[in-house]
Amino acid sequence: MLITNIEEIPGKKIVEHYGLVAGSTVRAKHVGRDIMASLKNLVGGELKGYTELLEDARRQAMDRMIVQAKELGANAVVNVRFNTSSIAQGASELYIYGTAVKVD
Amino acid sequence: MEAIISLVIQLGIPLLIIVVALIVGSALERRHYRSIDERERRYGGIPLINEKKYPTLQPVAEARFVTGSVVISYDYFKRFLAGLRMIFGGEVKSYVSLLDRGRREAILRMKEKCPDADLIVNVRLETSSISKGGSKQRLGAVEVFAYGTALRYVAGER
Repeated sequence: MLITNIEEIPGKKIVEHYGLVAGSTVRAKHVGRDIMASLKNLVGGELKGYTELLEDARRQAMDRMIVQAKELGANAVVNVRFNTSSIAQGASELYIYGTAVKVD
Repeated sequence: MEAIISLVIQLGIPLLIIVVALIVGSALERRHYRSIDERERRYGGIPLINEKKYPTLQPVAEARFVTGSVVISYDYFKRFLAGLRMIFGGEVKSYVSLLDRGRREAILRMKEKCPDADLIVNVRLETSSISKGGSKQRLGAVEVFAYGTALRYVAGER
């Protein structure tokens, strides 16, 4: 599956459009990570637990988008956009959307 | 006498935390900046473009979506400084350096995922603040997320 955040796949020709595809996930952080993060917060620096959590969540949302695109018969997704919104205290939604297309 | 002891404890412990945070936090920041500088020299060759249009002089062999992200938090001392700054207003320098570290780190992580790329187009940076509930128990952290499309030209036509 080819994915870009520009309107085309460079070097390839788009032959068919399938419309919008999207994937999302809502994640909450768990207590253990929170305690570690609070300790790390004293001296500052990277909170690795949170970095991993968000990377995981984005990967899952992207996978869901790819599954949807495959079901339509597409082999690429162009113009991908990300959206993060916090739903409740300690939980946020990651939303990824793009246009499913078929390329040569 | 007891009043003095309790005053020392009440003032002393936060002060101790601030001093520890200052020493450890600034040491960590220096180390992080050294690592950023070193890696920027190594990956500095990949140009970034934040437009969708890219120089189409060379045929493109491969286009790949790349991302990089980092969650980075303030230390206690920086928050203390920022708290003072909130009284008088003006630029909060201690937070500027933090966001600078975050952005450069996110861009570097994106570049590290495609070391063989010739160009990254349509680079976007997103920043979101992460905070743990309650006004007292604030967890001051920001997430910086960088993404773009890495292009590799057809070999031998550079």
